[in-house]
Amino acid sequence: MIRKMNILKAIRESERHGYWFVLPYIIFFLLFVAYPLVFSFILIFHRWNIVTPMEWVGMKNFQRLFSDPQFFRAMFNTFIFLLIHIPLQIAVALGFSLLLHSKGMFRGFFRAVYFLPVVVSGVVVTILWQNLYSFDSGVLNSLLSIVGIRKIPWLIDPGLAMPSIAIMATWKNVGIYIVLFLVGLQNIPKEIYESASLDGADKYSQFFKITLPMLNSTMVLIVALSTIGGFSLFIEPYVLTGGGPMQSTMSGMLYIYNQAFYFGHMGYAAALGFVFALVILTVVLLQRKVVEAEPS
Amino acid sequence: MIKSSVRYFFLAAGAAVFAYPFLWMLAGSIKPELEISNLSLWSSQASLHSYEQVLTKIPIGRAFLNSVFVSLSTTASVVLFGSMVGYALARLRFFGSKLLYALILFTMMIPFQITLIPQYILMVKLGLTDTYASLIAPTMMSAFSIIVFRQFFMSLPQALIDAARIDGCSELRILFLLIWPLSRAVIVTVAILTFMASWNDVLWPLIVVRERTLMTMPQLVTIFVIGGEAESQLGMQLAAATLLALPVVIAYAFFQRYFIEGMAYTGIKG
Repeated sequence: MIRKMNILKAIRESERHGYWFVLPYIIFFLLFVAYPLVFSFILIFHRWNIVTPMEWVGMKNFQRLFSDPQFFRAMFNTFIFLLIHIPLQIAVALGFSLLLHSKGMFRGFFRAVYFLPVVVSGVVVTILWQNLYSFDSGVLNSLLSIVGIRKIPWLIDPGLAMPSIAIMATWKNVGIYIVLFLVGLQNIPKEIYESASLDGADKYSQFFKITLPMLNSTMVLIVALSTIGGFSLFIEPYVLTGGGPMQSTMSGMLYIYNQAFYFGHMGYAAALGFVFALVILTVVLLQRKVVEAEPS
Repeated sequence: MIKSSVRYFFLAAGAAVFAYPFLWMLAGSIKPELEISNLSLWSSQASLHSYEQVLTKIPIGRAFLNSVFVSLSTTASVVLFGSMVGYALARLRFFGSKLLYALILFTMMIPFQITLIPQYILMVKLGLTDTYASLIAPTMMSAFSIIVFRQFFMSLPQALIDAARIDGCSELRILFLLIWPLSRAVIVTVAILTFMASWNDVLWPLIVVRERTLMTMPQLVTIFVIGGEAESQLGMQLAAATLLALPVVIAYAFFQRYFIEGMAYTGIKG
């Protein structure tokens, strides 16, 4: 009995070493999470270029932000991006995941190929698409001219540049969403289809009455992830267009980057980041709400 | 449901859409400049000329080593500290552990747009810009890895750990000699995702490093492509892009399952 107590005591004693295990993370957290968060709340009320002393400006950064056409342009561009990117991504990912879901040979191979652009650097993808989109000698325009369609000014036309980037981003990321849909499809119990067949439902109505509603939470997830991605869009316009033509591909992140690192407007850039982050959080929280409200 | 031949037609067409640009890049990097914009992947005069030019024009060898060093350090650190904190949260009792876990979950929610600029200012204040430390430090630990490790460690049987304690093993020995060997799949998944994210990251290096000899590979290639150094020479751009893609593609060829399942898991949890 006493021996047993001692053993238990030894175990409890041993379990107290937790502090040493988490100490490095606590230091990391204070430096790279807590400090930046607190400092950003200070920074958004200041004008500062890092070199000269900080200058308190109160709400001026936000007043400027809400009368800054470039900020609204970045918001609008992100909206255009998402408007094309999200439906395209869901349609393509759903299509391929349905093709891959039925049993058959080479499924692993196809899945691996579709996923390839996901693992490769955005810089590589952007260099590739810069050449695919090239007006005079690009692969896409060459293909179009074979079937007799006029060349398209993918990245040159201000109305087309952002949609072109949205198509490119879909090509890069759709592999993740194919896999997410495959997981969603696997989670639909087969019995539902069986009893629907017995009730005389054809494949068409099964798809719209069972498959699509059961994938609802996956779609909500995709909308949230794409929204985060849209607000983080940086390297694609940075390399492809530099935000042009006529500001049409100026993304939120690229605008923050320019304000902070070209113009040295640290306070204003922080305020921009703050507002973009609030939009992202709102969308993510809405997504959580929708998923939680669903009867599972 | 769908006829098999139709299904395979679409699957193969999709594979062509996703694979052709990469094959075109690879082919273009060894073609003569004038043939690159052809749709065909074949060239009569393949040569490594573009690669030679890239290697002599920009310090891409150095950038490769920088990237290897930064990515491997980050990965080792994330696995080491992530598993330590994950173990403490899953298996050790200490005051405030619930609070710490809540903080870690909260950390995952913070959009990086908020912390990016203050993190840069921190680097400036610490005098760390243009150092390897600035490239590694902010990603040395990740909330994501802690949560993944914690989840897995909670599934291990308590008797296993208690037996080791009774034998007088220290908690560190238990973690590294008993639990690590049981966690290979989780460690590989976390390592691969961290390595990939670190290797491909370009925004943070662009912010904290201006010195050419310290630049990471994606950063150097980006600056090469947009800075006019490539002088619109497509062959060199494609050679540089191929070199940048290669390490991750090779890793992907060997650990494909971990990449795909890991990313899907991140998507669902994140």
